[in-house]
Amino acid sequence: MSGLATIAGYALRESIRRRVLTVVCVLTAVFLGLYGWATSAVFDEVRDSAGGLPLDEQVLTGATLLGLAMFVTLFLGVVLAVFLTLGAVRGDAERGLLQPLVVRPVGRRTLLAGRFLASAGVCAAYVLVVYTIALLLTGLIGGFWPGAIVTPALGLAGAVAIVVALALLGTTLLSATANGIAIFMLFGAGLTGGLLGQIGGALGSDTLDTISKVAIWALPFEALYQDALHALTADIDGVTGIAVQLGPFGGAADASAALLVWAAVYAGLAGAAAVRVFARADL
Amino acid sequence: MSPPALATRALTKRYGTQVALAGIDLEVGEGELVGLLGPNGAGKSTLVKIAAGLVHATSGSAEVAGAPAGSAQARAALGYLAELFRFPGWCSAEELLRLHQRLAGSRGGAAERADLLQLVDLSEAARKPVEQMSKGMQQRLGIAQALVGEPRVVLLDEPTSALDPAGRRAVRDLLAELRRRGVAVLLNSHLLGEVELVCDRVAIVARGRLVAQGSPGELSEAGGVEIETAQGTQTFTDAARDDVPQLVARLVAEGEEIYGVRVVRGTLEDAYLRAVEAHP
Repeated sequence: MSGLATIAGYALRESIRRRVLTVVCVLTAVFLGLYGWATSAVFDEVRDSAGGLPLDEQVLTGATLLGLAMFVTLFLGVVLAVFLTLGAVRGDAERGLLQPLVVRPVGRRTLLAGRFLASAGVCAAYVLVVYTIALLLTGLIGGFWPGAIVTPALGLAGAVAIVVALALLGTTLLSATANGIAIFMLFGAGLTGGLLGQIGGALGSDTLDTISKVAIWALPFEALYQDALHALTADIDGVTGIAVQLGPFGGAADASAALLVWAAVYAGLAGAAAVRVFARADL
Repeated sequence: MSPPALATRALTKRYGTQVALAGIDLEVGEGELVGLLGPNGAGKSTLVKIAAGLVHATSGSAEVAGAPAGSAQARAALGYLAELFRFPGWCSAEELLRLHQRLAGSRGGAAERADLLQLVDLSEAARKPVEQMSKGMQQRLGIAQALVGEPRVVLLDEPTSALDPAGRRAVRDLLAELRRRGVAVLLNSHLLGEVELVCDRVAIVARGRLVAQGSPGELSEAGGVEIETAQGTQTFTDAARDDVPQLVARLVAEGEEIYGVRVVRGTLEDAYLRAVEAHP
């Protein structure tokens, strides 16, 4: 346990000292500043032009903006996850950083688990903070508060934890650059799967719907993201609810209990595979 | 009787079709300082990495302090400095040693860190980040890191490659100190002079095989005997020191006048080249 804490602490300090977090925090501050400014401007316009449509424009605007903020939050969380883990095994081994640690009694499994805990912890904390600030900005500026607050936050945190597990598995197999590219492509594939589901639903295409479902089961971080989006607007009904579905929430669907369990199992399997590959690797 | 600090038996390693080690039997005794020599690609680093648990053997066995190489018990008994290593640039010498103390389960605390930094002459640079250190300083820090937790055996892979002559001398003194403390050392180095000066025993590896081993003196002998007579210098290339009385007696019996006798000692370099060239 102390070995695990030592490795996690080392990985945390490394991420702080390498200024990855600093860069991400600066970019996030810029994003949130722009988000607050845009939210204020959009709600001002909505208030000025209110009354023309049979729907709650404040809810529509707030939900749409928060949905977009969720996407950016997940994207930035994935960027952070990739940069914290992309060279953790193969990359560090090629640079000679890993060997002095691996020969210590803590062992490879602990080393990988410590890395996962630190990276997943940082990424989860990051998306929770950004989500909370975006939520507060939308609520305080526009007066929109979603029906569910905690479930979307947990969905986002779970999604980035799965990406971290995938990135750690990737780093046992691929060089740093290749792993970074692979994880971003998987992230893109997951999002595309969600979009295909949205298009399939609109067109009534079973084929697209099936492709989307396969993509979601293959990359369950997308399922958690969709579930988070769905939870934000689950209580919005009527014409406003239909209008909300035309925006960034179009692909949102609540994840079944089986899918949520699968997401947890998936992260565990990715971690176990990473441990197995790492244990057999010649460094 | 305690097991040897390091022992390999019929150790082989293949990378695909390429044979890196083809059955190495090597032992490093308690407190013994063994030099590992061989041309590039001979398998020296692979041997050291298997002992450190970084590379998995294809067959055969490697044991550190009686435990299978790579096991937690073996890793707890060894210190290791890789040939190509790097420490995080943001980390100070003090932080790095503290990290390795935690990982090694060392209870030496601040006293051990101060002792190790003094041993490698880095006391003044304790708080200096690695990225501000010269390559030589980093190499000395690497040696200090390898000694954290008072390991029973230390594996040093080219520990002086980035050091200037004064730094190399400091490492030689350090190795002597380790010997005094009873720490076994396997020293992989290309610097034959250095190995000759400090090692109790030398193992020469070529094409993945152990082609010669012995003390530097044993390996360096058999350079022949030169006897200066009235007829000139006569050289007996196959003779050794023990043959001198017999040779002198024979020459005197043959009526030669002897003016001087010199036992020619080959250098370790000669022995090394002979051993390696015999296994092309």
